[in-house]
Amino acid sequence: MTGISLLAGPDPLSGMEAATSHRTRLGALPVAGPRLIEALERSDLRGRGGAAFPVGRKWRAVAGRRGGAPVVLVNGAEGEPLSRKDRVLMEARPHLVLDGAALAAAAVGAGEVLLYVGSDHGAAAGALRRALADRPEAERRRTRVVAAPARYVAGEETAAVRFVNDGVALPTSAPPRPFERGVAGRPTLVQNVESLAHVAMIGRFGDGWFRDLGRGASSGTALLTLCGAVHRPGVHEVAQGTALGEAIDTAGGGLTDASSAVLLGGYFGSWVTAAEAWSLPLDAATLRDRGHTLGCGVVAVLPEHRCGVVETARILSYLADQSARQCGPCVFGLGAIAAAVGRIASGGAEAADLERIRRWSGELSGRGACHHPDGAAGMLLSALGAFPEEFRHHHELGRCSATALREAA
Amino acid sequence: MNNTLLWYTTRGAGVVSMVLLSGVMALGMLTRARAGGRRWPRFLTAALHRDLSLMALVFLALHVVTAVVDPYTHLGITAATIPFGSYYRTFWLGLGTVAVELMLAIAATSLLRARIGQRAWRAVHWLAYACWPIAIAHGLGTGTDAGSVWMSAITALCVAGVLSAGAFRLLSPGDPLGAEKRAATRGALSEAGR
Amino acid sequence: MDGPTLHVDRILCDGHGLCAELLPELVRLDDWGYPIVLPGPVPAHLDGHARRAVAACPLLALRLRQGGR
Repeated sequence: MTGISLLAGPDPLSGMEAATSHRTRLGALPVAGPRLIEALERSDLRGRGGAAFPVGRKWRAVAGRRGGAPVVLVNGAEGEPLSRKDRVLMEARPHLVLDGAALAAAAVGAGEVLLYVGSDHGAAAGALRRALADRPEAERRRTRVVAAPARYVAGEETAAVRFVNDGVALPTSAPPRPFERGVAGRPTLVQNVESLAHVAMIGRFGDGWFRDLGRGASSGTALLTLCGAVHRPGVHEVAQGTALGEAIDTAGGGLTDASSAVLLGGYFGSWVTAAEAWSLPLDAATLRDRGHTLGCGVVAVLPEHRCGVVETARILSYLADQSARQCGPCVFGLGAIAAAVGRIASGGAEAADLERIRRWSGELSGRGACHHPDGAAGMLLSALGAFPEEFRHHHELGRCSATALREAA
Repeated sequence: MNNTLLWYTTRGAGVVSMVLLSGVMALGMLTRARAGGRRWPRFLTAALHRDLSLMALVFLALHVVTAVVDPYTHLGITAATIPFGSYYRTFWLGLGTVAVELMLAIAATSLLRARIGQRAWRAVHWLAYACWPIAIAHGLGTGTDAGSVWMSAITALCVAGVLSAGAFRLLSPGDPLGAEKRAATRGALSEAGR
Repeated sequence: MDGPTLHVDRILCDGHGLCAELLPELVRLDDWGYPIVLPGPVPAHLDGHARRAVAACPLLALRLRQGGR
């Protein structure tokens, strides 16, 4: 990958990049102002936490609110189990993240910056703290690290705000959304660490530079976490618009095994069949049209001998367990779906199970306070589309077709 | 005005109020217990609870006004509004005053529930568990007819009805997510983690 | 000019189901008694019923919001 980008510079695996190296390599932090928000809007930078909300639009909304000095909440919770990009970024490029946070604070007029880091990401928090010690006095005084509980929903923006306000990391009903009323009732900008790192680069090199980094009509780069049947699992940076197959080959070193499908976007993403995956461009608009999302950038390649049904059941069980347990449809609906898919996967399916999970999934979306159930339902529906034969095999014959393949080989 | 008419109205309206109030209590507990299904809709239990409470207020007003206006009773406005403010059967009458005022608070907050919010409404509504026994005690202690067989029977039926509804309420399964939500707000997902 | 839309506060809601009883045209219950609301503005002829359903919710979880979303 060419061009200055987030992971350029010293090897990310070698630990934190010091302030001196950072400043020498990238130059001084530019002054923020209303021009920055315009630049972000032109850059088409979208949030990299999963929702892909346009960053410029979010900043403009926060900056325009009345109701006290805004707060910037840097979201490094990374509760998605397969994702590693945020902690790698925080660990290896903390100054880039802090640059983005400083620009955000200046642009929206914030008096407080909170670094919301997953409590099990010790190295990331440590790196941010050490980097903070090297920052200007004004930044140090208004910034503090907050340890996010290690739960899936803790990274949801209203859950993050609620945790800071009263120690409970569970989503709240919106309205109001954090940008209206968040931490201490003030307008709060919740932004993913990768998004802020991109902002730090756009602030220096401009929105035109950022747009040019992408392929075709896409803008910028994205961090992916590659895992599963690839030679080089881990965090890689690719240009937006790159085809998924090319990303896996060039960044991930190609496949270690034949693969039937890829889970794109994390546990709340979607399954993409191998046939579709190879040429699928990692571009927000195209993905949306095809019913997929880049989500938090996880690309999990399922090897042929592993069963999509079993993996889906495992993921659903995890998601049901991680429910905040505040809303009936999520507690009971998602719970029942996970149980039914578990039965299908283990060969003990009831006759009505396949019909039931379709019906229940269809009824699940939009009926929770947050998008947790939506993500689970979407992932399941994509699995039903990607593994129709395997589901039928499990449901009707009570056996795993992937195992059969392995036995036959 | 015919004193006897006033006197009988006070006593009659008092009895009717007690019966209605007991019905309201029972229906309230049944509403809480989610009684109902396909043949008896839940909104009906809730609506009856509300409508009977308004009717009870009407009969209560009749009971209080006729008692105050009646020259024979020597009860003035003071007795009706200030608990334990009368000289006649101070304690038992006072209980009645307390019960009326609790009822008014409960009714007012219910009518304004959307404006004052669920928490405030609930806090005041719990006073119903104090209001009803106080009203029963008032009837037993100061009611002219308290000694008679028929009055005792009516009171016994009212108490039995409310206690049965109470038992139903206690034995019914709780709200599906009630326990979870209480645990969550106590900080199940706090800094200590799960 | 579109009518108001129904909105359920999913955290407050605990499946009492009075809304579905009073407004079956727009609200039905899932297998566990929690409401599924038809999207879109409330038709004018159902406005009174919708307001009654909102008033009847024991937990004040059902709301009417002006003008969409």
